Amino acid sequence: MKMVTYAQAVRSALIEEMDRDPSVVVLGEDVGTYGGVFTATRSLLERYGADRVIDTPISEAAIAGAAVGMAMCGLRPVAEIMYEDFVTISLDQLVNNAAKMHYMFDGMVCVPLVLRTQCGSGRGSAAQHSQSLESWFAHVPGLIVIMPSTPNDARGLLKSAIRNDNPVIFIEHKMLYFTKGPDTGSECLPIGKADVKRVGSDITVIATSWMVGRALEAAELAAHEGVSVEVIDPRTLRPFDTETVLASVRKTRRAVIVHEAVRFCGIGAEISAIITENLFHELDMPVKRLCGSDVPIPYSAALEPHVVPTVEDIHSAVTAPT
Amino acid sequence: MQINAELSLSMYEDLLRCRYVEEKSLELFTEGLTPGRMHPYIGEEAIAVGTAAAMKPGDLAVSTHRGGAHLVALKADIVRVFAEYMGRATGYSAGRGGPMHISVPEIGFLCTNGIVGSGIPIAVGAAMACRRTSPEKVVICFFGDGAANTGSFHEGLNMAGIWKLPVVFVCENNGYAETLPVGKGIAVQNVSSRAAGYGISGVTIDGNDVEAVYAEMSDAIRRAREGGGASLVEAKTYRIGQHFSGESNHYRTEGEVQTWKQRDPILLFREKLLERGLAVLSDLSDLEDAVRDAVEQAVRVAKDARFPDPETALRGVYRDAQTLGTGTP
Repeated sequence: MKMVTYAQAVRSALIEEMDRDPSVVVLGEDVGTYGGVFTATRSLLERYGADRVIDTPISEAAIAGAAVGMAMCGLRPVAEIMYEDFVTISLDQLVNNAAKMHYMFDGMVCVPLVLRTQCGSGRGSAAQHSQSLESWFAHVPGLIVIMPSTPNDARGLLKSAIRNDNPVIFIEHKMLYFTKGPDTGSECLPIGKADVKRVGSDITVIATSWMVGRALEAAELAAHEGVSVEVIDPRTLRPFDTETVLASVRKTRRAVIVHEAVRFCGIGAEISAIITENLFHELDMPVKRLCGSDVPIPYSAALEPHVVPTVEDIHSAVTAPT
Repeated sequence: MQINAELSLSMYEDLLRCRYVEEKSLELFTEGLTPGRMHPYIGEEAIAVGTAAAMKPGDLAVSTHRGGAHLVALKADIVRVFAEYMGRATGYSAGRGGPMHISVPEIGFLCTNGIVGSGIPIAVGAAMACRRTSPEKVVICFFGDGAANTGSFHEGLNMAGIWKLPVVFVCENNGYAETLPVGKGIAVQNVSSRAAGYGISGVTIDGNDVEAVYAEMSDAIRRAREGGGASLVEAKTYRIGQHFSGESNHYRTEGEVQTWKQRDPILLFREKLLERGLAVLSDLSDLEDAVRDAVEQAVRVAKDARFPDPETALRGVYRDAQTLGTGTP
């Protein structure tokens, strides 16, 4: 099977959707001539022209706002915000306008925009270029929040996101862009559907984005010790695939949640509540969360890895679960 | 600029309709019939009416929290406007939005907006879409002097400048950003002077002169339609009404309000119509009565409208929610 990088998968999705639908346009900082700082929009400008691949000034509020206006008027904009940290500047448009228009205008308007961004630590980018803010978006009714962990998921879910009539926050990860994975050539993948990345029977690990790979490594180590770990990647945080997660935990009776974002009010708190509210009497142990430490991401290579869950952390949690 | 009799009378009628709708909405608030507060446009009507008269069918408008008169001037159904103000099922947003959240796509009215400045980038995006799919259209973006101090203003006007977009920014400078006098919030005399920094045309006009608004907006819209790019038209006016209904007025003097009432745009235009012999007093009185009656009738119909079923509050967050996988959105 053909292997592609995550960045190539994102680019393929953009190309396939832009070929398919002339209303799809891409805008953002350095997306055109430069081709995107993580190469995801490379050569799109040559392919589709400056009408559809728009290099913008450093204006995150207006990039998001222009995307809202375009989406209200029949285009399907894919706006890129280079770092998730910068989405803080776009929030008015996403939270007050994009998320609410369909509801507050009683369905008279829909806002089919995709906001692509990338999150997370791992590159010494420090506190203002490394955050994981997915729970901010997941907290807002009206937004869809997607966090793919593999090239194939990135491609299939980005295609679905572009075709979807609702605003989608599509969160890539800076440490995944140059990881490789099989390209199944699949068409759209369903939004709101979790993926069981590894089947197991003793304990369920629910992990997101970069942490999915670490969870799979930990599961492999645990397997050698006779512990069978099921690894679930929700892929979409809102809407959340409650069914798949509950089915797994009903089977394993144990759940560990792993994410890079800080613990307090992280998405793990919500997932833990979903499991506990539904399966309280069936659990063999309290739901456990492994999360980023409650600190800004530090710069030094001696510090940065220390504040994010490691393979060892996950391995310990699944092999000595109580 | 002097304009023909037919357009003059039609603009006069629109001015009246805007005024009466605003007055009526304040009465509804006082009667306790609106769940939320109104942001009256009284005193500023010449801007909405002169602009609407300069627009062509198909042109788009982005409005503000003070958007009632924009809707009326663009010929929204005032029964549905009143119904929305009162939270009724027949309102434009079925009672979900209220005055700050109304969209009427069939008349090109994209949205009112409760966040100051937030509509500016939306208008920019709408203009980008128009350029791509319907280049004959122009986008009108209303906002106040307060919005001119937001980051959205800077980012939006800059984009409109670099891409020469078909958008006309209409700054309704009504003297106060909520309660802050414009002179304390803006260091330059005219907001329009900022246009130079974005490479777009900028002009300041008398916003209480409906003909001046019509003339300037006609020029700016024509330039935008012909590919000449964006403009910033600053229309200076005065908010005779409160920032919001029920607000205390202690941040300005009664004398100041009275002075501006002498320059009421409707009275000014009425005098002109009579002076020029475009109408006689009885014609105007008849028109005033007729418009007032129509507004009263619309309120009566809206008052009789049913409230939305409470269950509808839980619906419609997503388009096609059932297709969103197995999860609960």
